[in-house]
Amino acid sequence: MCLAVPAKVKSIEKNMAVVDFGGVYKRISLGILSDVKQNDYVLVHAGFAIGKVKQKEAEDTLKVLKELKDVLKDERR
Amino acid sequence: MKEDKIKLMEVCGTHTMAIARAGIKKLLPSEIELISGPGCPVCVTSQADIDRAIEISRIDNVIITTFGDMMRVPGTKTSFEDMKRDGADIRVVYSPLDALTISEDNPQKRVVFMGVGFETTSPTVAATIIEARKRGLRNFFVLSNFKVLFPALEALAGSSKLKVDGFICPGHVSVVTGTIPYAKIASHYKKPCVITGFDEIDIVKGIKRLVEQIKSHRCTTEIEYRRAVTEDGNIEARRVLDSVFDVKDSHWRGLGMIKESGLKLKNKYRQFDAEKEFKVKLPKAILPKGCICGEVLQGIKGPRDCKLFGKVCTPRKPVGPCMVSSEGTCAAYYRYGE
Ligand code: SF4
Repeated sequence: MCLAVPAKVKSIEKNMAVVDFGGVYKRISLGILSDVKQNDYVLVHAGFAIGKVKQKEAEDTLKVLKELKDVLKDERR
Repeated sequence: MKEDKIKLMEVCGTHTMAIARAGIKKLLPSEIELISGPGCPVCVTSQADIDRAIEISRIDNVIITTFGDMMRVPGTKTSFEDMKRDGADIRVVYSPLDALTISEDNPQKRVVFMGVGFETTSPTVAATIIEARKRGLRNFFVLSNFKVLFPALEALAGSSKLKVDGFICPGHVSVVTGTIPYAKIASHYKKPCVITGFDEIDIVKGIKRLVEQIKSHRCTTEIEYRRAVTEDGNIEARRVLDSVFDVKDSHWRGLGMIKESGLKLKNKYRQFDAEKEFKVKLPKAILPKGCICGEVLQGIKGPRDCKLFGKVCTPRKPVGPCMVSSEGTCAAYYRYGE
């Protein structure tokens, strides 16, 4: 239900925007997030932009899992 | 000697799904236990609220619009899906704005949006109601079953039955709310809170930060989902929300009545209030027999504690709401064999 999907803003017309979900275009509302510019990335939920989102860098789950185990180990020492 | 388990609750149903899908529980060190919380809006909607929507769908010349997850949720007597099969006009919409289009296309009918959801969703509906007023629509109504997450979170944080050590906090609710509402949970209830995103890496990093807090006896709110969440949240969304809705006490499946945990339309917008427009008689609410959704939603039992799980109750033939919604704990466990 609280799923929100990032999309890139292609064009803006009044309080609506056309966004690009990796090739699929959709018209969404800017009714609760108006300070949006072309090429911004926004999170889209139920046809509305709900927040801006920065592009993420690739990271490694296994590395973090190892760090997590280290946190637990440190304690036991 | 047996290690003390660290018990973390993932509040959000989207997290429950993501954790199950990625098989994160199997990857984690054995001393960390993840339990699922109440963050599936369809699941926590009370039986009476579902029954009310179903009763309204029986009225002639009414079109019900709702999110897809709602369709199969069993009410006391029947579900939307069954009503639709019997001829009721019930339509699944992607956005509440779609319901406005349906209202405009059907001026002779009354169109009701059956709304469920947390702070992620309620501002979109508030904006829709403002838009309905702007367009002068007189045949559009909202059944407001929206929930405010934080009072419920406080109830869980203070629960003597549950005893969680920390909360994996919902990323997309927090996009709207920011971190301020978590402060009380961290400082008063002494429960670390980490807001995280929905990819495997986000969740694992969130868990790591929770464990770090617990091990160093800190209780604060941290954001692991920086690319989307800020301390202030979406102020504009909250302003829109507050201009249309007031808080009310609200009944949660499993958690019972919680003060100021629901939303009702402000007087100024009451012409759109479906509860005022349609006076229906509700059947005496009866919960599905044998279903322990209520306890699953509080995190005190898991789906596998339910005798019906996977046998009588499956996603194809769900007995309770936790098996209906794709984000329900029972559905997630069933689908990914947790
Ligand atoms: S398995 Fe089905 S009946 Fe059992 S708690 Fe879950 S939804 Fe309810």
